[in-house]
Amino acid sequence: MAKYNLGFLGGFVLTLKQVLEPRVTTQYPKVKRPKPPRLHGRHVLNRYEDGMEKCIGCELCAAVCPADCIYVRGLDNPADHPVSPGERYGFVYEINYLRCIHCDLCVEACPTEAITESKMFEFSFTSRADAIYTRKELVVDDEGKPQRLPWEDWREGEDRHTSGWMRATSPSGSKDYEGTVQWSGELGYGLRPAEGGQNEARRDDAATGNISIRHVNRDKIPARFGGRVR
Amino acid sequence: MGGLGDPLFNNGLDVGGFVILLVRVLVGFGALLISVVLMIWFERKVISDMQNRIGPNRAGPFGLLQTFADGTKLIFKEDLLPERADRFVYKLAPFLAVLPAFAIFTVVPIGGVVDLAHHVVELQIADPPIGILLVLAFSSIAVYGVMLAGWSSGSKYPLLGSVRASAQMISYEAAMGLAVVTVILESHGLSTRAIVESQATAWYHWNVLRLGVVPAAMFFIAMTAELNRPPFDLAEGESELGGGFHTEYSAFRFATFYLAEFMNTVTFSAIMVTLFFGGPDGPGFHIPHVYWLFPILWFIGKTVVFCYIQVWIRAALPRLRYDQLMDLGWKWLIPLSLAWMLVVAGALEGVAWMFGVIGGCLLLALVLWRAAVVSKQRRIDRGEGLPLGRPFLLPPVPPQPPGPPAAGRPLEHLAAGAQARAAGAAELRRVESPGKVGG
Repeated sequence: MAKYNLGFLGGFVLTLKQVLEPRVTTQYPKVKRPKPPRLHGRHVLNRYEDGMEKCIGCELCAAVCPADCIYVRGLDNPADHPVSPGERYGFVYEINYLRCIHCDLCVEACPTEAITESKMFEFSFTSRADAIYTRKELVVDDEGKPQRLPWEDWREGEDRHTSGWMRATSPSGSKDYEGTVQWSGELGYGLRPAEGGQNEARRDDAATGNISIRHVNRDKIPARFGGRVR
Repeated sequence: MGGLGDPLFNNGLDVGGFVILLVRVLVGFGALLISVVLMIWFERKVISDMQNRIGPNRAGPFGLLQTFADGTKLIFKEDLLPERADRFVYKLAPFLAVLPAFAIFTVVPIGGVVDLAHHVVELQIADPPIGILLVLAFSSIAVYGVMLAGWSSGSKYPLLGSVRASAQMISYEAAMGLAVVTVILESHGLSTRAIVESQATAWYHWNVLRLGVVPAAMFFIAMTAELNRPPFDLAEGESELGGGFHTEYSAFRFATFYLAEFMNTVTFSAIMVTLFFGGPDGPGFHIPHVYWLFPILWFIGKTVVFCYIQVWIRAALPRLRYDQLMDLGWKWLIPLSLAWMLVVAGALEGVAWMFGVIGGCLLLALVLWRAAVVSKQRRIDRGEGLPLGRPFLLPPVPPQPPGPPAAGRPLEHLAAGAQARAAGAAELRRVESPGKVGG
């Protein structure tokens, strides 16, 4: 009679027990879960501490982009008021967000850390033209923060971490350089500290704002799954 | 209670009686619509509780207005009519689905009897002398809504869904009817009011205890199947049939099906309460002017309990396979409810009759069991196919000769297949009865 076993009755007990368990829902539009520092979101074009743009118009990002969503044209810096410290600067810089897959390959390719990704992915548009961000929208403002466009949902503190991936990874993949600062300063922030990588000894989460979702949400996770709720 | 049917009409119908009748219909209609809105909200909230979620909470307090938001959205969506649909039947089907749900609720007694403007008024919309037969008849008509919806869509998946639905409802209708017959035997009346009054005065007079728990359980299972609710919702199995019979429906016509489904849930919970749990029966207080409120509260409370159980079942049980569904209906529910009906009939006649009927049923069950075992064994002995109930143990596939089959080869294949099947059957018999050797 194994065909007619009564194991299904366990389902009733299980479902009734769940009523007493804590809810896992985050009230999304009101409350956002904190985002990890390496999350890939909308791009920004960074500037040096003196206000100069980092982009030198080399088009490496456009070359490496697998989705063909970046269009760059470089131009010689005007002698009287140079835009970037190098020979050339990004005269045209466009990213089509209907194509971008946020793979961060442009960030890896960039030789001057000019393009990085912010944590903000919550943006939508009502026309195709709005989907193409130009240099005007991508360059950080005078305080070094990303511009908040009307159709983007920025929350408090979300515009602070714009270069997590770069600062969490050691150049050329050598672990000896992990945690060593090897990047230029940024407008508004100066020389940022390294993010914690896999090396537990070298990470300083308080300084870099590194967070773990499991840590942040532990008040909602039952103890037997590694949370705090009993 | 003298006479047949509604006491409102005992002295003919006057203006006061007509107004009361009109008010009853309007109040009943409104109450049912509101209860459906609340039921949809209730189901979503309860099931989210059981899945560690919060459920709808954006529209109105506790998300109570979510149903209105969804309904408004559905009304303003485009109402598509498939090109190959049978236009008239396609438009008719949603109403055929929703109408029986309304009609069944009319005979449910939701309260006691009150005196209103010199009229004796029963707190239910109608009290026909054949009340419970009306329930069975309309629940059968509800099948037409589903069946015609699938048939008229001009699409194969809805058709498959509707065929499943009609086969399922026919299978469970019998068990449901037999469970109702036990109630009729005990209550000596077809009128729902008579059934409720025969259970009044004490909880141990409720039919669920008087008849043994079996008919109530049978009715509940059969009713869940009749409603196409989980775990019996094969008619809309998303994984196999898209959305089942309402795949092609959109906008307001889809909303109508949705409404009918939840209205049926409420209505049949109410019927369950009426038949087996004493309806509005329960202890009350003799407070003037509001004494009539307590039976209504009891009725609502009991109905909510059964709505909760329906949702609980949906959360707890996975959908049945089609053969399991048919097994449960034909091999368990129908024989058991038939036997129980005979036992109840015998018990009403006398103790000797009762034990006689029980003995007879057991004997018959034994004979049937033996017949099934013997026929199964004979089938195995003859090597005819595979024994039922073991569909997964297949005989080994004969080795395929290389190259394209020459003329005459196919017959060899068949012979090899038959040999292999016989060998498989012998192996199976050896496995099933290790005592016997060879064959």
